[in-house]
Amino acid sequence: MALNRDFVGRASAPSSPYEVSRVKIKEFATAIGDNNPIYRDREAAQAAGHPDVIAPPTFPIAIGQDAGALLADPDLGLNFAMVVHGEQRFEYRRPIHAGDVLVGVTTVTDIRSVGRNEFITVKSEVSTVEGELVCTAYNTIVERGGAG
Amino acid sequence: MAATVRYDEVETGQQIPAAEYPVRRANLVMYAGASGDFNPIHWNERFAKTVGLPDVIAHGMFTMAQGGRFVTDWAGDPGAVIDYGVRFSSMVVVPDDDQGTVITVSGVIEEKLEDKRVVVALTAKANDSRVLSKARAVVQLS
Repeated sequence: MALNRDFVGRASAPSSPYEVSRVKIKEFATAIGDNNPIYRDREAAQAAGHPDVIAPPTFPIAIGQDAGALLADPDLGLNFAMVVHGEQRFEYRRPIHAGDVLVGVTTVTDIRSVGRNEFITVKSEVSTVEGELVCTAYNTIVERGGAG
Repeated sequence: MAATVRYDEVETGQQIPAAEYPVRRANLVMYAGASGDFNPIHWNERFAKTVGLPDVIAHGMFTMAQGGRFVTDWAGDPGAVIDYGVRFSSMVVVPDDDQGTVITVSGVIEEKLEDKRVVVALTAKANDSRVLSKARAVVQLS
């Protein structure tokens, strides 16, 4: 089913504040097989100039289920069983570190058909609760056969 | 942020030697738990086949993370990676055996930017297919 183009420009409410913990960063680093001490050891992170352990570049995906509410809206018409990831990008103002309390606001920036597939792009601005923009994530997902 | 690589010591066109990252089903289960992405196409072969996939496939974000690891290992400080984007061009099929598959990542310095920043272009392959395309990281060097 074609996706509802009226969703372009629509933004989510700010997500609930997410507190970044050392334990979660370590769990994520372990899951991607990365033993870098800057993800695990506060002293190693501080030696590299960070206030605490920092998160791997792709970590925001673990806290960014915020797009979920927008994408799960039945009026959009997205069939999750047919979804694959098309593109992803993270643009950082500074690294995310343990102790950050983050909120995300997600906006649908584009919906288009390519062949028989539907492509939807969302932009998520991840900021601290104090209002400092930390990272902007761009995510394009593909609904296979959606335009067929 | 303190990358261990110095801007003055890299040249456009310089290669970063390839690294191999094995991926087995257990890695996908761990990644599902850590990331919160429990889509069954990443752990349930029966379900994957009902939606037209050849077998269980890795999370695109797991593959992207391996490319990220390649760049952060090169840079020394992961905080030096200030921009990282990819397109997922092909699936990483992960069979249910003790071998799994291997994601091989290599890189090249594509461009030197101002402020001691460089663009690293990545190539990631699994099962003889390119699994990432347009994979680029901007790294702040020292």
